[in-house]
Amino acid sequence: MADKNNAALIDDIKPINKVTFKQRMLSYKRKPLSFVMLLLVALAALISAAALVFIIVYVLVRGIPNLTPELFALTYNSDNVSCMPSIINTVVLTLLTLVIAVPFGIGAAIYLAEYAKKGNKLVKLIRTMAETLAGIPSIVYGLFGMLFFVYALGWGYSLLAGAFTLAIMVLPTIMRTTEEALLTVPDSYREGSFGLGAGKLRTIIRIILPSAMPGILAGIILSVGRIVGETAALIYTYGSATGYATGFLNSGRSLAVHMYVLTNEGLHTDQAWGTAVVLLVLVFAINTLSAFIAKKLGTKKG
Amino acid sequence: MQGVFFLTALASIAAVAVICIFLFINGIPAMAEIGVFDFIGGQKWAPSNVPASYGIFNMIVASVYVTAGAIVIGVPIGILTAVYLARFCPKPLYKVLKPATELLAGIPSIVYGFFGLMVIVPFIRDNFGGNGSSWLAASIVLGIMILPTIIGVSESALRAVPESYYEGALALGATKERSVFKTILPASKSGVLAAVVLGIGRALGETMAVVLIAGNQVQIPSRLTDGLRTLTANIVMEMGYSTGLHRQALIATGVVLFIFILLITISMQAIKSRSEKHG
Amino acid sequence: MDKFIIDNMNLYYGSFHALKNVNLNMPKNKITAFIGPSGCGKSTLLKSLNRMNDLVEGCKITGDIKLDGTDIYSDMDVNVLRKKVGMVFQKANPFPMSVYDNIAFGPRTHGIKKKSELDRIVEESLRDAAIWDELKDRLKKSALGLSGGQQQRLCIARALAVKPEVLLMDEATSALDPISTGKIEELCLKLKDDYTIIMVTHNMQQALRISDNTAFFLLGEMVEYNSTDAVFSSPKDKRTEEYITGRFG
Repeated sequence: MADKNNAALIDDIKPINKVTFKQRMLSYKRKPLSFVMLLLVALAALISAAALVFIIVYVLVRGIPNLTPELFALTYNSDNVSCMPSIINTVVLTLLTLVIAVPFGIGAAIYLAEYAKKGNKLVKLIRTMAETLAGIPSIVYGLFGMLFFVYALGWGYSLLAGAFTLAIMVLPTIMRTTEEALLTVPDSYREGSFGLGAGKLRTIIRIILPSAMPGILAGIILSVGRIVGETAALIYTYGSATGYATGFLNSGRSLAVHMYVLTNEGLHTDQAWGTAVVLLVLVFAINTLSAFIAKKLGTKKG
Repeated sequence: MQGVFFLTALASIAAVAVICIFLFINGIPAMAEIGVFDFIGGQKWAPSNVPASYGIFNMIVASVYVTAGAIVIGVPIGILTAVYLARFCPKPLYKVLKPATELLAGIPSIVYGFFGLMVIVPFIRDNFGGNGSSWLAASIVLGIMILPTIIGVSESALRAVPESYYEGALALGATKERSVFKTILPASKSGVLAAVVLGIGRALGETMAVVLIAGNQVQIPSRLTDGLRTLTANIVMEMGYSTGLHRQALIATGVVLFIFILLITISMQAIKSRSEKHG
Repeated sequence: MDKFIIDNMNLYYGSFHALKNVNLNMPKNKITAFIGPSGCGKSTLLKSLNRMNDLVEGCKITGDIKLDGTDIYSDMDVNVLRKKVGMVFQKANPFPMSVYDNIAFGPRTHGIKKKSELDRIVEESLRDAAIWDELKDRLKKSALGLSGGQQQRLCIARALAVKPEVLLMDEATSALDPISTGKIEELCLKLKDDYTIIMVTHNMQQALRISDNTAFFLLGEMVEYNSTDAVFSSPKDKRTEEYITGRFG
């Protein structure tokens, strides 16, 4: 009770150390250059935010009126340029890519975080290579995928070639986010488990992976965002066939590639706006989900 | 089981190795056949001529030009935005602004390209002349695309600077702005440099946005409103129908791009290890 | 003559009442020491004198603090105040730049650009901080390469370079070895001819050795304030006596 009264009293205090707007302006009058710098940083932040708002609002305004039922027709033809097959293809492609990339990404992260000795030359090499992978542009992945999966392995433009190419592309993301998540698991968990006589592997599977799961999941979902938005790495691996890719060796187009083809042909601008909305909404939903899960991890930790 | 984890960890090494091998064994012979000097230094790209010419010099220059344009636009705005986020932004606004800059990174390149084609290209055509698809259009769009990279990396670098520098400057009677720009920003310079280098890598490798809005003429532009064709655009435009030496020349174009990116990755590592050494 | 006059001052961090009804007059060209156990509010009071507490969110101050008769919270620009009232921090915090640029930072901030003028100020400040001989050959070297004691004296020189009237020292020797501490104490005794020094210290011996007046704080309250000799030889309050005889803290 006393505390509450006290707190209320303190809220009523008029402190002398509150800097008033007038004081601040007088201060800037003495130092005009500081005021200019303040304006500059605020302006830059405004430009960054405005760029985002402008792009999103523009795409939504032009695109939403074009979200017609025909755009989501089950079968594609050159009149309706339906994005339905490409949406389904994207989902299948994403799942297959994850099936390939996630085990490698998590396995590698477990090795780096739980087994590898610090300062080991090989570990350093692995990290350097993962960083190198992260820096390679999509088009180079696309070239490589075409040379290796499409031609050398003879898979042709196919779901499999696309998924393997993207799997290599998202591998560093999954590795890094998983490793970071594993490193946030307190050592006391490990010691506690070892103390109960559990082996290392059992500790990792039963204790460490579950506690790191939100972070791992956030990383995986982030990769999904990249897969869904990817174009350059897919054009010459997954190809751009218009139907549903029903087999591993079938070609299909993902939503982003579909959008590229529409834009490039220049015949269906309205539908391209509509498709842009679908793509944006998908990618944003995925990123928000990832951020939400990562944040949940953050609050749990704190 | 440790062995299995170890093997998965080797995947990234294997991937880089295979990527290098396949690009180089497919690209080097073309370079040899065309002649390294004619390929890298040649200004004429005419695959359908008889005899054909495969010179990518103009595209190398174009890639550098477009990247430079993106840096000129993206770096000042990005760094200043990072300064705002790290030191000036009121907390409630930060909660909106920070995710917004991250959202910018989530927009797919194809959407950036389409937006550029529909909005920025016509704007340039109407206001600055030319047909709109240009060096300027590509620079603006890439400048926006690299913003989230620059902002994100710079902001964490700024936040890593010890608060004691800031307090020390304030205690000498410096304004908040001076304290930030004269102590915090210089102290974070290696992180900010890393942000710029990462941005360069992103701009150099960007394909889909550029191919739609840069005009794609094989030339060295003399004005901002002239079109140009980057290395990435060259690959994605012609790969679909190329055969024989033409296709190999495109792969070799990819090799040149790859080498540029490797150089950037190496300089990134150098910046990182230097800043680690200096604490 | 009193340099700083603190009148009926209270300070809150959120709902925590950190300083209670402090009244304190600090004379010019003297060394005033604040002593007391950790968390007693002595550092908080010190930071109120150059408004560094403004950086702390939820910090509220009431009462009056006057420097030479001017209210530092309402009638003085905060940057002017901090130029007049310099501060040396607990942990030496040289900027990651050369020795020269560290010292020149303050003068440059206040508009001095001429090289010859800066050279003069740098030399004078380093001499005043009794570190010129050690550093004159490495002015262009990074300040981060200096030893802890040198760094702290560099920070004192940096504070002196803006020609302050008051020097606040927040446990400035607590991270240093005895030899460096001795040098800084000697320096303080020399500096008080020109400056008013207010120091927070954990080390009662230090207060006894160099301060003219001592204020003892406990749980946000100023328990006793008197000449240092009086506080240590015949404390009026029982709590002061217990603290200086080492019964708690």
